[in-house]
Amino acid sequence: MKILVCIKQVPDMESKFKIDAGGTWYAKTDLAWRMNEYDEYAVEQAVQLKEQVKDADLTVLCIGSDQVKETMKKALAMGCDRGAHIADSNASGKEPFEIAGIIAEYAKDKNFDLIFTGMQSQDRGSGQVGVLVAEMLGLPSVSTVVHFAYTGGTVQVKRELEGGIKACVTVQAPVVITCQLGMNTPRYPTLPNIMKAKKKELLTIPVADLLKVAARQETAKMYFPEKKGGGLVLEGDIAELADKLIKILKEKTAVLA
Amino acid sequence: MKILLIAESREGKLLGGTYELAAFAAKMNAESVMFLVGDDTVLPKYAGKLYLADGKAAGEYNPDVHKQLVLDVIAKENPDMVALCHSSYGWDLAPRIAYALKAAQISEVVGVVDGVPVVPVCNSKLRRDVKAKTVKSVVTLQAGAFGLADEPSGTPEVEKIAVAGAGRVQFTGYEQAAAGGVDLGKAQVIVSAGRGIGKPENVAMIAALAKALGGEYGASRPVVDSEWVEHNRQVGTTGQTVTPKLYIACGISGAIQHLAGMKKSEFIVAINTDRDAPIGDVADVLVVADLKQFVPLFTEKIQSL
Ligand SMILES: Cc1cc2nc3c(=O)[nH]c(=O)nc-3n(C[C@H](O)[C@H](O)[C@H](O)COP(=O)(O)OP(=O)(O)OC[C@H]3O[C@@H](n4cnc5c(N)ncnc54)[C@H](O)[C@@H]3O)c2cc1C
Ligand SMILES: Nc1ncnc2c1ncn2[C@@H]1O[C@H](COP(=O)(O)O)[C@@H](O)[C@H]1O
Repeated sequence: MKILVCIKQVPDMESKFKIDAGGTWYAKTDLAWRMNEYDEYAVEQAVQLKEQVKDADLTVLCIGSDQVKETMKKALAMGCDRGAHIADSNASGKEPFEIAGIIAEYAKDKNFDLIFTGMQSQDRGSGQVGVLVAEMLGLPSVSTVVHFAYTGGTVQVKRELEGGIKACVTVQAPVVITCQLGMNTPRYPTLPNIMKAKKKELLTIPVADLLKVAARQETAKMYFPEKKGGGLVLEGDIAELADKLIKILKEKTAVLA
Repeated sequence: MKILLIAESREGKLLGGTYELAAFAAKMNAESVMFLVGDDTVLPKYAGKLYLADGKAAGEYNPDVHKQLVLDVIAKENPDMVALCHSSYGWDLAPRIAYALKAAQISEVVGVVDGVPVVPVCNSKLRRDVKAKTVKSVVTLQAGAFGLADEPSGTPEVEKIAVAGAGRVQFTGYEQAAAGGVDLGKAQVIVSAGRGIGKPENVAMIAALAKALGGEYGASRPVVDSEWVEHNRQVGTTGQTVTPKLYIACGISGAIQHLAGMKKSEFIVAINTDRDAPIGDVADVLVVADLKQFVPLFTEKIQSL
């Protein structure tokens, strides 16, 4: 069995963001980077599937600058067999249609039985790439999956809907699955596995070899939203903060009466 | 401009986002037609043409079949834009339609400025204006972003469309969220734990504050996904919607899916180390502090009142 999992490297969302010089994305300096949260579930599911079927080859793919190799190494340490790094210094400028086009071009003659992606990236958050990859490859896809089971070519998944209801779905591989939070419990790479990961193949492919589609949209401008609400911000010594908050709750709510 | 609105229904019930689509079309000053896979006994209020496919024949989740039905309507109506809700139905179907139409897809639109869609980036910390380069475009709308100006009215002019084909994915049924446990809906005060609590042991301090205030404790999704708190305490789109007199969000960043479940609370307090956390947009008071220090101290002071 051949499995592909697509991951993205994103900044920590608690970072202090700045707009870059071009005015169309955030500045990439002074940020801490990590694996897109949704993709951690995708990697875990792919590794679990590989462990289940035993005879499987699992590739992790990431499009980005050299820096994304750090995140790819985590995926290798979690249990992926090989890495396909699509080298692109301007991955953040690419729209989902281009990202999907690159992935589909990479995957098109490799006959993957399963392709896992996150349901969305935390920064761009378009939620498009996985389903687009499937459309481009002519494969079925199921998005927002919180439960996955595989038996002899048949995939049984649960999609999460609003209000915590799930839709149960059956589909035959090959298929693309987009992974939602809570799908499993992503493992922490162990030290021996981190060491082993260093010896795994991490092939770099220039993006120009795989980019055959053009963007269908563009960012005109990026900016900070206007602060709404104008709620009160309390800062300083915590004992004073606690007293202030009690005073406010007494004045504004009936809960301390 | 003409917009095709993709309405939603589940188990014979129309979903709320349907009317937001109509509000969006009004905001865009556009002509519109509507598409629904559903039941002819449960029609949306809508003063326009509705293309209706039978939900029993098409299945409630059957992306191949629904995509083809939408494409058939597009062939008849030739709309400039297709609008869907940014929901589990909409974000699944939209890329399929966009791909078939060779159209740009703009996800989770929160506003439109001078005709250009605006979308959130990085957990709503940033915004992006996105211009389609294609003639047709597909958009998904963030829930609540284009609320209703007026209660919709009108009776749609229904044209039934035939369902053909079976599709590659087979929907086998719904699994309801586990019932029972606490009913957060009844609590006057809810204190919720977010990922900022750091470790499961700290749920206790959140529960203690809730108790001191005579309320219940809730949680954001990561805390539930990590199994530190059971699912029936989750607040948000995939959990419960609550409207207590007081909601205290501890170590919760304020992602849209969490806000959707609590922003109508009467009074909102957030405790967060990040002054810029988006929860600040809905909070009446944002206490910039480490919850691990603040919450126990605050609880003690409440207890000694
Ligand atoms: C389809 C879908 C449905 C979803 N449904 C839901 C839902 O129903 N409910 C829900 O909650 N989420 C839901 N989510 C997830 C949501 O997008 C966010 O990922 C989630 O709400 C984040 O939870 P959080 O705020 O606890 O964690 P984070 O976003 O990681 O935020 C943690 C916060 O804690 C703060 N913090 C850290 N340390 C401290 C400290 N010591 N003291 C004080 N503050 C601290 C940080 O500054 C940060 O703001 C859904 C997502 C999707 C895609
Ligand atoms: N640069 C990238 N490299 C590899 N995979 C990506 C990249 N960007 C997005 N993806 C995949 O596509 C998913 C959805 O992303 P998006 O459509 O941007 O929300 C992510 O969870 C990843 O699995």
